Amino acid sequence: MHVHILDTYSHLKSPVHRVPAALKLCIALAVVITASLLPATRPAILLGFIVPTAFVLLLVAAASQIPGPFLLRKMIFLEPLALGAALLALLKPHGGIAFAMLAARSTLCLFTMILLANTTPFSEILKVFRRLRVPAILLTTLALMYRYLYVLLDESRRMTRARACRTFKGGRAMSWTNSASVASQLVVRSSARANRTYAAMCARGWQ
Amino acid sequence: MHIPDGFLDARTIAAASALSVAGIVYAVRDARKQLTPSRVPLVGLSAAFIFAAQMLNFPVAAGTSGHLVGGVLAAVLLGPNAALLAITAVLIVQCLVFADGGILALGANIFNMGIVCAGGGYILYRSIDRMASKVVSPRTALLFAVALAAWGATVLASITCAGQLAWSGIAPWRATFTAMAGVHALIGIGEAVITTLIIAAVSRVQPGLIFGVAGKGRPLTQTQPTRPILTGLLVLAGLALFVSPFACRWPDGLERVASVMGFETHTQNLPALPSPMADYKVPGVHSAPLATILAGTAGAATVFTGLWLTSRLSLRRSQRAINVSGTVDPTA
Repeated sequence: MHVHILDTYSHLKSPVHRVPAALKLCIALAVVITASLLPATRPAILLGFIVPTAFVLLLVAAASQIPGPFLLRKMIFLEPLALGAALLALLKPHGGIAFAMLAARSTLCLFTMILLANTTPFSEILKVFRRLRVPAILLTTLALMYRYLYVLLDESRRMTRARACRTFKGGRAMSWTNSASVASQLVVRSSARANRTYAAMCARGWQ
Repeated sequence: MHIPDGFLDARTIAAASALSVAGIVYAVRDARKQLTPSRVPLVGLSAAFIFAAQMLNFPVAAGTSGHLVGGVLAAVLLGPNAALLAITAVLIVQCLVFADGGILALGANIFNMGIVCAGGGYILYRSIDRMASKVVSPRTALLFAVALAAWGATVLASITCAGQLAWSGIAPWRATFTAMAGVHALIGIGEAVITTLIIAAVSRVQPGLIFGVAGKGRPLTQTQPTRPILTGLLVLAGLALFVSPFACRWPDGLERVASVMGFETHTQNLPALPSPMADYKVPGVHSAPLATILAGTAGAATVFTGLWLTSRLSLRRSQRAINVSGTVDPTA
């Protein structure tokens, strides 16, 4: 099983990682809520919040020992999604300032969430959810989903390897039907494997 | 169509979150009653599968992002309520592990992709399937229904997403609507093709995985008819809330008429005003928001009834053409 391909750095042991997950979640929420609800029409107030917070967050990022290039790559990957929506603001009259404010605001929120995600293991967040009395069935779905992501990744790797062994070239040459049947095989095979995993979990006392 | 943080205003966040929480509470209660322990892993697995499919995520010029939503795929495999749980799980993990989609916008995202796309898609799929299976073979009907529902649900979800962005005053409705619905009309085709191909292959290999369908060897009959009435109501409420305030500005022609008749000042006031319009009233209701919501719900219900009647009538006509023996079921 390939553990930690998805959340590579959330298991480091820096001072930031040691802060309780509930506290980090609260702080992240507070930052996002404040940034989201400050009026975008008054740049002075908004920037007065965003600039110092961004500075503090950068310090936190430095203390968290997460490699800078990794964070930068994450930002570059996710930023276009935020900017795409902000571009719509350009269509309004005087849209330039609104666009800049929206971009600054969503970038700050994005950075906060990236920091939270990469300093907090998902199992810790699940524990916070349990304390918040999130319904058990939703917790189970979340936990199983997170666990099965790896099952799925492993299964798809196995199938890719098998396909690579049997065909000269995959990828573009494969027709849509072919990839769909591979995908559905993936569903069927992983569901069989997931059932075995679930049986094993039940045998070990999972409720 | 993941909305990032910082784009929605407090009002939109509150409304969308309330609708989502209602849907999730209902789905949890339903799952406690209906979900057998052996199907619980399937919910987690489908969630993981949708998560993997959604990783193929590309920015869309003026919207947010485009990818396989997988709502209809989940709904066909799991049923509407478990699908909502699966999509909720996907969105929570995307938000908290990958920072994709905002944490405050979670309610809106769950509403668009879980309730509108999966729940609304399920309703589309079931009603098309029920009508089509009287005309063509069950398997063709299933695939036809899956394809149409996948396209329709994706576009519908993008429209509520556009409504939420416009409601928050990010951009004029016409821009968000054109961008989101236009792009997702294309993405929906890809969504329909992929969903149909996967369901086709799954129904061939292991039909028992499909919700409400009997296992291999038996005909594809629905064994667990569920009535997603609340899901339908939530979808309608969302359309009424987020889309109907802009509804009277849908056709360009209407504005042209308004300006010709000398109402320009009135129409010019509208874009800046995210609140519902005063002249969009239901008699006897004095609160403007309530009136718009009522009017919107009535409008959405009318559209749905119209669509339903049209498809029913056209299907019955083709059914008559096929069933020469004349065994037309009047309740079909």
